[in-house]
Amino acid sequence: MTVISTPAEAPKAPPATRKNRSSGAQRRAVALFIAPFAILFLAFYAIPIVYAVVQSLLTVEREGTFGRPRQVFGGFVQYEQVFQNTAFWESVGRVLLFGAIQVPVMLGLALLFALLLDSPLLKGKKFFRLAFFAPYAVPGVIAAIMWGFLYSPSLSPFGAVTSNIDFLSGNLVLWAIANIVTWVYVGYNMLIIYSSLLAIPTEIYEAARLDGASNIQIAWRIKIPLVIPAIILTAVFSIIGTLQLLAEPQTLRSFSSAINSTFTPNLAVYTTASVPNYNLAAAFSVVLALATFILSFIFLKSTQRKVTQ
Amino acid sequence: MTAAPATAPKRQRGGRPTANSADTRTRGPRQSVMSRSAAMLIMGVFTLYFLTPIWWLLTTSTKTGGEITSTAPLWFTADSLGTFFGNLGRLFSYGDGLFGRWLLNSALYAGVGALIGTIIAAMCGYALAKYEFRGREAIFNIVLSGVLVPATALALPLFLIFSQVNLTNTMWAVFLPSLVSPFGVYLARIYAAASVPGELLEAARLDGSGEIRTFFTVSTRLMAPALVTIFLFQFVAIWNNFFLPLIMLRDQDLFPVTLGLYAWNSQISQIPELRSLVIVGALVSILPLIIAFLALQRFWSSGLGAGSVK
Repeated sequence: MTVISTPAEAPKAPPATRKNRSSGAQRRAVALFIAPFAILFLAFYAIPIVYAVVQSLLTVEREGTFGRPRQVFGGFVQYEQVFQNTAFWESVGRVLLFGAIQVPVMLGLALLFALLLDSPLLKGKKFFRLAFFAPYAVPGVIAAIMWGFLYSPSLSPFGAVTSNIDFLSGNLVLWAIANIVTWVYVGYNMLIIYSSLLAIPTEIYEAARLDGASNIQIAWRIKIPLVIPAIILTAVFSIIGTLQLLAEPQTLRSFSSAINSTFTPNLAVYTTASVPNYNLAAAFSVVLALATFILSFIFLKSTQRKVTQ
Repeated sequence: MTAAPATAPKRQRGGRPTANSADTRTRGPRQSVMSRSAAMLIMGVFTLYFLTPIWWLLTTSTKTGGEITSTAPLWFTADSLGTFFGNLGRLFSYGDGLFGRWLLNSALYAGVGALIGTIIAAMCGYALAKYEFRGREAIFNIVLSGVLVPATALALPLFLIFSQVNLTNTMWAVFLPSLVSPFGVYLARIYAAASVPGELLEAARLDGSGEIRTFFTVSTRLMAPALVTIFLFQFVAIWNNFFLPLIMLRDQDLFPVTLGLYAWNSQISQIPELRSLVIVGALVSILPLIIAFLALQRFWSSGLGAGSVK
C-alpha cells in the first residue's frame, strides 16, 4: 500500500517546486542569453550615440591665441555651423538626388529579376541566381577600384565608350557611383524578394488561374502585393546605405578630380574629423544619423499604412 | 503583352532536383515562345552586366603592367598562367608580405568577429522569442531602432571614445564594435519564433535539460539556416566595413585587406607598379567571399527570407 501511496503523493510536491525552480532558472537563463548582447550594444551603440550628442554640444575655447584648448559647453553653436555649412547641405542634396533615382531603379530591377526567377519562363535559374548575386561578394572599395579602371579611358575594355563619354567627369560621376552601388546590391535585394516569393503558397496561383488570370496579372495582383514587406525591408536598407555613401566616392577620388572632400555627407564628416574639428564632426554625425533614422522611419510607417489599407 | 493565358501549372518551387521537370511540364504548348525568349534575353544581358567586371578582373590579373593596355582587355595572353603566378608572387612579397598580413587581419576581423557576433545575437534573439519577461518588447524595440542607426554615424564617436582609453590603432578598435549586430538579433528572433516549437522546449525541461544546454544542443540546430544567414551577413558587413578601420587604424600591419588595397590604389600615381598588384589583390580578396557563398549557399538561401516575412 505504501508503495502505491508514495508515487501518488510524489507527483504533487515535486511539480510545484520544480516549476518554481525552473522559472527561476528561466529567468537566469534569459539574463545570461541577453547580457552579452546588451553589454556590447551599450558599449558600442548606445554610449557612442550619447557621446556624439555630448561632443556636438561642446566647443573648443582657447585662452589667447596660443593658449591651451579646453572644451566648454557651447549649446547649439555646432548645429548653427552645421546649418550654415553649404558644402554639407549640397552633399545631402546630392545623396538625396542619388537615392531618389538609384534606389527605385535598383529595387525595380531586383523585383523584375525576382519575378522572372519565380516564373516558369526561365531555364537555368540556379545559374542566374548565383551570377546576379556574385557582385555582392565584392566589397564597396574593391568594386569602386574595379569600376574606376573600367571607367578610365586608357584601361577600360570598353574604350570606344569611355573615350567618348567621361564617366568620371563632374556631371556623370554621381551616376558612375550609382552604377557601382546598383551593380553590387541588385542581386542581394533580388534574393530577399525572391525568397519571400518562394514563401507564397502555390494554391493561391492555382485559384487565380482557375479564374483565368494570366502570368502578368498574377505577378501584378498577387505576387507583388504579397512581397511588399520584403520590398520595404530592402528599401529601408537602401535608404540607410545611400545616406552612408563613403567607400565608393572616397575610392574613386583617386580616379576622378570631380569628387571633392565633401562630395557625400559622410565624406564631409571624415574631412571635418581629420581637420580635426571633432565637435563639428560629431554634430554632422548626429544630424546625419537623425536624418537617416527619420527617413527610414517615415518610410516604414507610411508604407505600412498603405499595406494595411 | 500578348502572353497567352497559361495552363494551370503546378510547379515545384526552389532549386530542388524536381524543379526542372516541373518547368518542362509548365512550359505547355503555348507558354508563348516570345515571352520565354524575352525573359531569357533580359537575364542574359544582365548576366553580362554582372559578370563582365569580374571576368575583366580575372583576365587582367594574368597580365603584366604593360600588357594591361596593349592586349585584348577581356581575353588572356599566351603566357597568362605564368604571368598570373608571377603577379601573385609579387603581390605576396611586396612590402614584406603586407598583403598576406592584410588577408589574415580580414579573416580575423570578419571570421572570428562574425562567429562570436552570431552566437551573441542568436542568444539574445532566441531569449526575446522564447521567454516571457518584463521589458521584452522594450528591448526588442531598442534593438530594432539600432538596425536603423547607420554604422558610419557610430564610427567617429567610437574613435573618440577609443582614443580616450588608448585603444585606437589596435585590432580591438575594429574587432570589438563589429561584434554587435542588431539585425542579427532581429533575424534570430523571427526565426526562433517560427522554427523552435515551445512544446519541444517544455519536453526538454521535463527531461531535465537546462535552458542553456537546450539552447546549444537543440534550438541552435533548428535555427541553423538563420544562424548561417546571420553569420554570412555579419561576415560581409565586417569584411566590407571601410569607415571604421579607415578612421581607427594608422598602422598598415593592422589594416584589413580592403583598407590596404585602398591605400595602395591611392598611391598608384606615385608608384605605378602598384596598379597590377591592386588588380591581382582585388581578385584574391573577393575569392574568400565567393567561396563562402558557394559553400554555404544551401543554408543561407533558405534563411534569407526570414527577415522579410512578417
